[in-house]
Amino acid sequence: MTAMKRRSWSDYQKQIADDKYYYARSCIRQNFFPGSEKAFLDILHNDLGRDVLDDPLHSSCTGIGYHSDIVPLETIMTVVARQFALMTEAGYENFISSCITSFGVYTEVLATWNEFPETEERTREYLYKATGREFRKPTSLAHTSDIMFHFRDEIARKAKYRLVNAQTGEPLRVVEHIGCHYAKIFPKSGIGGSEFPYVLAGMIESWGGECVDYPERRHCCGFGFRNYLVQANRGYSIANSHKKLESMAPYKPDFIVANCPGCTMFLDKWQYAIAEMEGTTYGENGHGIPVLTYEEMAGLVLGYDPWELGMQMHQVDVEPLLDKMGISYDPAAKYLGRNGKYIDKPASAVVNCCPTDTVYDIRQ
Amino acid sequence: MPVHFGYTISKPRAIDIDHNNLRKSDEILREMPELQTCIGCGACTAVCTAGNLTQFNFRKVHTLVRRGEYQGAYEEMNKCMLCGKCRLVCPRGINTRGVVMLIKRKLGDF
Amino acid sequence: MKRVIIIGGGVAGMQTALRLAEEGVEPLIVEKEAELGGKLRGWHRLFPSFTPASEVLGELRSRVARRGIEVMTSTEVKAVEAGAVTLVDGRRIEGDAVTICSGFDLFDARIKEEYGYGIYDNVFTSVDIERMLNEGRVARADGSRPRRIAFLHCVGSRDEKVCQRHCSRVCCVTGVKQAMEMKELFPEADVFNFYMDIRMFGPGYEEMYREAQQRYNIHFVRGRISEAAPTIDGRVQIKAEDTLTGRPLRMSVDMLVLLVGMRAGETNPAYEAAGLGRLESGFMAPRDSFLGNVRSRTEGIFYAGTVTAPKNIGETINEGCAAADAVLEYLKKS
Repeated sequence: MTAMKRRSWSDYQKQIADDKYYYARSCIRQNFFPGSEKAFLDILHNDLGRDVLDDPLHSSCTGIGYHSDIVPLETIMTVVARQFALMTEAGYENFISSCITSFGVYTEVLATWNEFPETEERTREYLYKATGREFRKPTSLAHTSDIMFHFRDEIARKAKYRLVNAQTGEPLRVVEHIGCHYAKIFPKSGIGGSEFPYVLAGMIESWGGECVDYPERRHCCGFGFRNYLVQANRGYSIANSHKKLESMAPYKPDFIVANCPGCTMFLDKWQYAIAEMEGTTYGENGHGIPVLTYEEMAGLVLGYDPWELGMQMHQVDVEPLLDKMGISYDPAAKYLGRNGKYIDKPASAVVNCCPTDTVYDIRQ
Repeated sequence: MPVHFGYTISKPRAIDIDHNNLRKSDEILREMPELQTCIGCGACTAVCTAGNLTQFNFRKVHTLVRRGEYQGAYEEMNKCMLCGKCRLVCPRGINTRGVVMLIKRKLGDF
Repeated sequence: MKRVIIIGGGVAGMQTALRLAEEGVEPLIVEKEAELGGKLRGWHRLFPSFTPASEVLGELRSRVARRGIEVMTSTEVKAVEAGAVTLVDGRRIEGDAVTICSGFDLFDARIKEEYGYGIYDNVFTSVDIERMLNEGRVARADGSRPRRIAFLHCVGSRDEKVCQRHCSRVCCVTGVKQAMEMKELFPEADVFNFYMDIRMFGPGYEEMYREAQQRYNIHFVRGRISEAAPTIDGRVQIKAEDTLTGRPLRMSVDMLVLLVGMRAGETNPAYEAAGLGRLESGFMAPRDSFLGNVRSRTEGIFYAGTVTAPKNIGETINEGCAAADAVLEYLKKS
């Protein structure tokens, strides 16, 4: 694979604040990848020395409800207004969101207020009546991956490991997946636009890896909110991830990194479902392809312990990737929680390469 | 044993030209090149005796056959009553009845 | 002797100048490129007769030379007014009338990012194909022979997303012509044309289209390609809807050719300063579409060729004559 002639991303740049962020968490990530959000805060605080406020007062953006036709537009606008009010009260003006859909929601709401100022007026009124709060709009809005992208060179300078096969010296082949709500709604809101987003590709290239440009790269993972939430629709939902996995498999990617909470969850867990339903797997030796968040990818590069990053929560085991990168880790500590207490383990599955009923049971 | 989660993976609806075997389609077009001059006007389907009473759509079926989608084409063509009205209206002068017979002959085993 | 300044030395400019010279008026062609010929210089053969472009171009150029028409090459016009033009270097040239023949610009296919032009090696434009035909070697990026080629019509035409609402007219027939040329070069290859409408407006065009279908076995699929992506073996995967069957369709191809449209010339806005109007498409607005189609809204400034709308070569030559006649009528009165 030769270096891609993708330079159009440089036409799509946005202002990314350098410090003092108000952090809004993601509903899905707190449940499925809780280590990633902590890693984001740790990397920004400890490695990069930045000020990020992790405010316990903020709520869900209600994006899942909004995209499932449950939460009306006026409601979500008022919820967004409340988040902005909390940011204003805390003395911050750079709003960062840890979720693609939230980012899409904030972008959409700000754009709507801009196009239809009366909706902003009404929202201010609703918020004031309900909570007595007032707000200023953020001076900058970014997704947390934008922040990681912004500091990619600084992270590269501090790197303990690179996205390189430690044995062969070859760059790792990485599939990046962006998520529809990042830039497909507002192409100018994402780094690189909607067709060739560069946000993850930039990190991968800076840290020594190589992006895989495969035919279904831009295809949706199939999450689709209301489509996935209804069991009867899941066949259509999973078929999209299936299509992507089929398309990327010939390139033998070393791992997938995803931008969006839902996509990360889907690309990881659907591999299990597909393997169980059809017996098909897409990774090496008949197992799955590890799926990482960008914080996990950054964390590994910076030398964080994989279990501190919460990588034991993945459906597909990450050990083959850790071994390739030459990362030292304690296999036995995988299912030990933060206080050293055993947190239980998943049943053995075909997508997983590390049989949980051998080594871990002994250590138990 | 495959696990059942209460749904199955939907099959793609796309016509996959890379996957389809175009041999029969090529044979049909070689025997009757004029079929390729179809401009999709739909006059044949508009006058079709069978098409006004059943789901039969001559234009769509022969277009699918040309893309290598043979499944069900023979059965569809059996709905044709061979009245020949379509041939009278075709602005490209395609021998539409001939097309019906040719597709049936070539795709009888699909 | 009256003097007429002609901006642009392409087909329209040359024909206007020839006609004026025949009638005893002194034309001056101001051409920004180093030689006469305009966009025709990059073309190989012309639809629907497959006449070599060099035949038409060579004949026009030698007529211009034989008449001794004054030509200023590598000279760019900055501003225009009735009876004079100002060059980029500040010089001012005076005359009795001005004819604007500055033509069109080609749509930059890179703007349609989803087709990957300039990113994937085997995505080409119609202009690249003409260039390769002229060079005598049409091939994939790695030099191999294509086995499957797709043409996509309307790239940068009839597309709200790139602010080009108009139809460029000639790309449809160019797509049919190039498909036939590809089939002649690579008889074993499958050629697919993806179109929204096939607009065969000229004499012999529809007949050519029919020949492409029946004799050349070129497949026409009614549907616009939505995106192109690379495959592992360096080919291009394309997706479209086969609208006549109502099903999505996908395939991989060895070459994807984008039929780029004509957009308004980038110098057109500068003409507005002389009180000249532009159409919504950005092309210059003639006084009216019937009796004043080679006249501008300003007395003494005329138009010929694609500066007012996409046209083919024949129409452009006719318009050169029509514009010259209008200029002569104006000069008699003034």
